[in-house]
Amino acid sequence: MGRVSIEQVSLEFRTRRTGTIVALDSLSFEVPDKQFAVIVGPSGCGKSSLLTLVAGLNETTSGYCKVDGRTVSGPGADRGMVFQSYSLFPWLTVRKNVEFGPSLRNLSARERIERARHYVDAVGLGDFEDAYPVQLSGGMQQRVALARVLANDPEVLLMDEPFGALDNQTRTHMQGLLLGIWEREQKTVLFVTHDIDEALFLGDVVYVMSARPGRIIDTIDVGLARPRRYDIVTSDSFVDYKRRIMARLHSEVEKTMNVMPL
Amino acid sequence: MAAGLLSRLFTPKRPIAKNIEIGIGVTVAMSLFVAWCLLTYTGLVSASFLPAPDAVGAAFVEKLSDGSLLRHTRISLYEIYTGFFLSSLIAVPLGIFMGSFRIVAATIEPIVNFMRYLPVTALIPLLILWIGIGFEEKVAVIFLGVFFQQIVLIADVSAQVHEDLFKASYTLGATRRQVVTRVLVPATMPGVMDTLRITMGWAWTFLVVAELVASSSGLGYMILQAMRGLHPATIFVGILVIGFLGLVTDLAFKYAKALLLPWTTVR
Ligand SMILES: Nc1ncnc2c1ncn2[C@@H]1O[C@H](COP(=O)(O)OP(=O)(O)OP(=O)(O)O)[C@@H](O)[C@H]1O
Ligand SMILES: [Mg+2]
Repeated sequence: MGRVSIEQVSLEFRTRRTGTIVALDSLSFEVPDKQFAVIVGPSGCGKSSLLTLVAGLNETTSGYCKVDGRTVSGPGADRGMVFQSYSLFPWLTVRKNVEFGPSLRNLSARERIERARHYVDAVGLGDFEDAYPVQLSGGMQQRVALARVLANDPEVLLMDEPFGALDNQTRTHMQGLLLGIWEREQKTVLFVTHDIDEALFLGDVVYVMSARPGRIIDTIDVGLARPRRYDIVTSDSFVDYKRRIMARLHSEVEKTMNVMPL
Repeated sequence: MAAGLLSRLFTPKRPIAKNIEIGIGVTVAMSLFVAWCLLTYTGLVSASFLPAPDAVGAAFVEKLSDGSLLRHTRISLYEIYTGFFLSSLIAVPLGIFMGSFRIVAATIEPIVNFMRYLPVTALIPLLILWIGIGFEEKVAVIFLGVFFQQIVLIADVSAQVHEDLFKASYTLGATRRQVVTRVLVPATMPGVMDTLRITMGWAWTFLVVAELVASSSGLGYMILQAMRGLHPATIFVGILVIGFLGLVTDLAFKYAKALLLPWTTVR
């Protein structure tokens, strides 16, 4: 199970330099079990902050994040996170990185190794098991990060612009890979991006956030059939959805960028 | 062609062929040696000022055969490794904690920063008063000279560990203790190795200073005695031996890093 509820969540940052910054302003929405939910929004609107709250790496100023009705009070292996930067452990080989989560718990060595091997293979890095992260390209590193999270078998996958730094082809490939795995594993996913194509290609539902302070200003139920192929981006309904999100985002991005009128 | 080679050799960070690298090193060393020969054998510089290579060689053989060179070297090595080991033993864990735990930093940072700017050489007279001029005093000088620098450098290494690594391990289910033992400590190891390597060089300096000030044995003492007896060749033997030991130690650190932390050297 992995139902995520965001209930009236607000988040403020107090710093001496900038005063109080309201990053999230009583945000509410619910992601049912096994849904692929995508969040898009202008830069700085609080997308990363929201994922951090669900992960339990930070505390809400008010409101609750809940997983299956239980209030999040700290980080846990039930909520795995993939970061925008490749946060692999540079001192561990690919296989050891993927084994990291399982090795923290009392799994038998055999089970641990099998799990790791399975997911290293699933992301297509079987030949690189014994390589160190520095020896991998950015796309490969992010595949390892994905395998590392999956090997831990979380109920909820939190993904913060995981493919943001990748080139176009690699990103498309990674999206296909992720969808394939998600269709098999059936996990709840909270995926942050500012790429609209990516949002629509992956998501069951797309939440559009406002400029800071972040609120949900639109919810799009993506009625595109699954399994999705990459050429779906040219279909009429895809383009319609895209137009709608672009219009919503455009006015929000304007707001954030308008600090210096020309 | 030549221009191509030159521009390749002077491109920042660009690796150059191993044999070119070794060739350059050997050439530099040989040139220095040739310059030394030229200066001395032509009589350009007087022998009491700069002894010729053969005089240094003779002094080396003499000190080796009467056993004094080995004795002084062994004593110096023993002093330096004891002081350095004791210092590292405490500074490494303490530095790692100081860099990552505000509470530890708040506790020891004021003392550390006070002591850090105190040249250890200024403490030597006091140490002599307190513990004499023997082995313990040398160890104390090295310890005090190296310890506070090590702590600060290692704390910095620890503070630089990327927070994303902690976040990632928390979301993989790590406890705080596991984050320390399985993420913080391994993540600091390359920086710790570099710090040890650098501070080892300083330890040699402090040791020799301490031995020059007051001692009855060690390479610094041997050098001082040679000065008093007007034996510049023996002074050179002492200097060359210290340089050689430094070089060997440095190489040992380099190989240890490649061996223990293979991920820092693979490409
Ligand atoms: N640690 C912090 N201290 C102070 N302010 C912060 C902190 N973290 C985030 N903020 C502020 O909160 C707001 C939201 O930040 P967040 O990183 O969540 O944005 P984002 O939507 O992920 O942006 P991007 O798309 O650029 O990644 C920003 O305005 C930022 O300045
Ligand atoms: Mg972000």
